[in-house]
Amino acid sequence: MTQFFQQLINGLSIGSVYAMMAVGYSLVYSIMNFSNFAHGGVIMLGAYFGFFSMTLIKLPFAAAFGLAAVGTAALAVLIERIAYKPLRDRKAPFLYFIISAMGASIFLENIVIATIGPTFRTYPQVFSRTPISIGGLSIGRLDLIMFGVSALCLVALVLFIERTKTGKAIRAASYNMKAAALMGVDTDRVVMTVFAIGGLLAGVAGVFFGMKYTVYPQIGNITLKSFVAAVFGGLGSLPGAVLGSVILGTLETFVAGYLSSQFRDLIAFVILIGVLVFRPTGIMGKPSEDKA
Amino acid sequence: MDTYIQGIIMLAGINLMAVLGLSLLTGFTGLFSFGHAGFMAIGAYSAAIVTSLLKLPFVFGIAASGVMAGVVALLIGKLTLKLKGDYFCIATLGFGEAIRLILDNFQGLGGSRGWPGIPAYTSIWNIVIVDILGVIFLANLVRSRHGRNMIAVREEELAAQVAGIDVVKYKTLALVISAVYAGVAGAFLGHYMTFIQPKMFALIKSTELTIIVIFGGLGSISGSVLGAIVLTFLPEMLRAVDKWRLVAYGAAVILIMITRPRGLMGGVELTPSGIRKVLAEHRAKRKANAERSAQ
Repeated sequence: MTQFFQQLINGLSIGSVYAMMAVGYSLVYSIMNFSNFAHGGVIMLGAYFGFFSMTLIKLPFAAAFGLAAVGTAALAVLIERIAYKPLRDRKAPFLYFIISAMGASIFLENIVIATIGPTFRTYPQVFSRTPISIGGLSIGRLDLIMFGVSALCLVALVLFIERTKTGKAIRAASYNMKAAALMGVDTDRVVMTVFAIGGLLAGVAGVFFGMKYTVYPQIGNITLKSFVAAVFGGLGSLPGAVLGSVILGTLETFVAGYLSSQFRDLIAFVILIGVLVFRPTGIMGKPSEDKA
Repeated sequence: MDTYIQGIIMLAGINLMAVLGLSLLTGFTGLFSFGHAGFMAIGAYSAAIVTSLLKLPFVFGIAASGVMAGVVALLIGKLTLKLKGDYFCIATLGFGEAIRLILDNFQGLGGSRGWPGIPAYTSIWNIVIVDILGVIFLANLVRSRHGRNMIAVREEELAAQVAGIDVVKYKTLALVISAVYAGVAGAFLGHYMTFIQPKMFALIKSTELTIIVIFGGLGSISGSVLGAIVLTFLPEMLRAVDKWRLVAYGAAVILIMITRPRGLMGGVELTPSGIRKVLAEHRAKRKANAERSAQ
């Protein structure tokens, strides 16, 4: 029983980091209807930003965090301007967006390999490695902080979307971009805001990911799993993305704990195919009629 | 001939084989796949089982690779082709990654460390012959009734359905044929490298194939041929600046998307009649311009 709860806690902590990444995929999908595969590259650079601001500039932990988040937000907006804006202006089909995103992701990964190098880097230790024990369960300090910060970020995001005027504009644009534009919503700004928010969360997630594991140029491939979580929860739905991530994270740790750690990665893609076959809109996605 | 050049020619031929199939699926039927490396993997491992374990001739290996990839594609198609465009795309991504991870964990075929010692059966001659056969088959297919139906599905799915075309059937057909091409390409790749490893068939390989098709131009077989040759040789020539080659590649992909999304030869074939068509259009445009300036 203890082992069960132990796995559950580990799963929740990794699931919450997935959630911050998945939200980025889902936000962009809800507005622009395409899967932004460049997001993995942004997360990867977030991990590097955090790493270098802690090792090279020797910033304290919190400041490094902020710098990474701001850096990735700027990067995400920049990618949107260069790789997607011209396509948006031309009203290109979604596939061109996906290909452009793939191009951006190849670019980001390889520019890091070319400049920084392909080596694995380990974050300096910030939190003590001795776990906190509560009633026979031992919880890693990093896991606890990861869960706490992620939850905080997600609550802030929900408040932003639900309570502010910009949030209202985002919700309107996700229902119908054209109608929102006619009602005086500056859709261009909405798109930028969405990319900036996705970028911010990607930075935070990237730093956590780097701290939990290591930093290397191919992190983007692992973040693909958070994309699976977004699909699982229903692309375009924020609560869905969070729910999907938490379920995926927990499931993964259970598979790794009880079956074999080798099947951990496989489970994500098996879920992906299963979801698409039986319920393509995921747990909470709105049913979308194909208008062909 | 220089063995290095020979090697690149073989590689271009192998890429071309996979790209031809994907060209049918993406360029002519309008379905995007990010999982064709998965079909290549199936082909490569099936062929290796036949030639390396069962010690049968290469022809049987090629046949097995095509059949296996085709059968798997049929199953995948039955499951996923009812999905709308972008979800199908995501499903193929999941399929490709799942195949790679299964092979990674399957120790019987070498697991993630790979499978060495596959006989080097691939030669310039057999790959070129298979490529030519592939082009001929594809060119005839797209001009047949079936090909026209596929193009109709690409252009306007709903209208095609209303006109009585069995959309799912033609999508499945295109997927299966493209998978057979990819499988055969995988067989040749395995017997060229003499070593296969699941890592070789990762998402990036699928992306690369799709990029070649788009670079060559959607709906053009000669575009795909050109694209495969150019995009295999170009990175090799850039070996000197090895580290930066994929950086440039990524940037080029974005650049093509935002400036010339039709690719090199979108919709145009490099045949006498195709060239005449383009020239005629060009002349008509010049004439119109001349008339306008004369007024």
